[in-house]
Amino acid sequence: MSAPWAAVIAVGAGTVVLKAVGPVGVSGRRLPARVNDLLTMVAPAILAALVVSEAFASGRSLVLDARVAGLAAGVIAILVRAPLWVVVIVGAAATALVRLLS
Amino acid sequence: MRRGARLAAPLIPAAAALGASFGVLARTAHFDATAAVLMSATTFAGSAQVAAVSVLGAGGGVVAAVTAALLLNARYAPIGISVAHAFRGHIARRFAESQLVVDESWALAGGGTPRFDRPVLLGVGTTLWFAWVGGTAVGALLGQAIGDPSAFGLDGAFAALFTALLATQLRERRAVAAACGGAAIAALLTPFAPPGVPIIAATAAVLVGWRRL
Repeated sequence: MSAPWAAVIAVGAGTVVLKAVGPVGVSGRRLPARVNDLLTMVAPAILAALVVSEAFASGRSLVLDARVAGLAAGVIAILVRAPLWVVVIVGAAATALVRLLS
Repeated sequence: MRRGARLAAPLIPAAAALGASFGVLARTAHFDATAAVLMSATTFAGSAQVAAVSVLGAGGGVVAAVTAALLLNARYAPIGISVAHAFRGHIARRFAESQLVVDESWALAGGGTPRFDRPVLLGVGTTLWFAWVGGTAVGALLGQAIGDPSAFGLDGAFAALFTALLATQLRERRAVAAACGGAAIAALLTPFAPPGVPIIAATAAVLVGWRRL
């Protein structure tokens, strides 16, 4: 099986289970507040790591290339409260432009 | 449910746009259109899907990509448990309805408050599911028409997209601390670990919040 298909199936199955745990499994019980907090803190930690990886990582090295322009342009778009599709297009366009010019 | 659909209406463009972005970006990790659409239909969680594509695109293995995506979705366990009491009836019905739990449907239905409204969650979830899968299909077909993804700067769009998704998560100071920690761990580990592993290791940043509780 190709890598994309393996990921589609595994992530799909895993997410279905994660979403079903509450409504199907436990009814009326709650997780301890600490565990609850820890689990909701995972998403910001990973998303921030993904920002670093996508903007600066190239294999095993940290580099400065055209993608930094995409990140900067995206941040500006977010700060002026542009809709999500604008953020994505601005990020891609800035990267393509800097790459074209350098 | 109809009230939920109405509440979800303003979110349709954003869901469709994120779906389309995922569809196009999936191309950078060699997903075909069918795989991208099927992933949206089953996983139905934006950041996890883009994360899987990102890790595979960066040269990470399938295990690393799947782990990163599932860690991102780990929050759905406590979210689902927090509203579990409102789901009634046959197990198959509860199972089907649980799949409509996403951040937006949970929040609009009053998740985490005593006034949680399950029909609203179902209405919002169903509406966003169609917008999400439809957007993905459009994006995936567009992505297949693109020859070289890097010529369009698609690789640079990832960081912007993840920053936008991160911004919606930073409501508390602890979340900001976790984000800073995660970014630092990723930067420090990148030279020493295979692609994808620094992303997973970034999870350790939640321990910063744990100690302060």
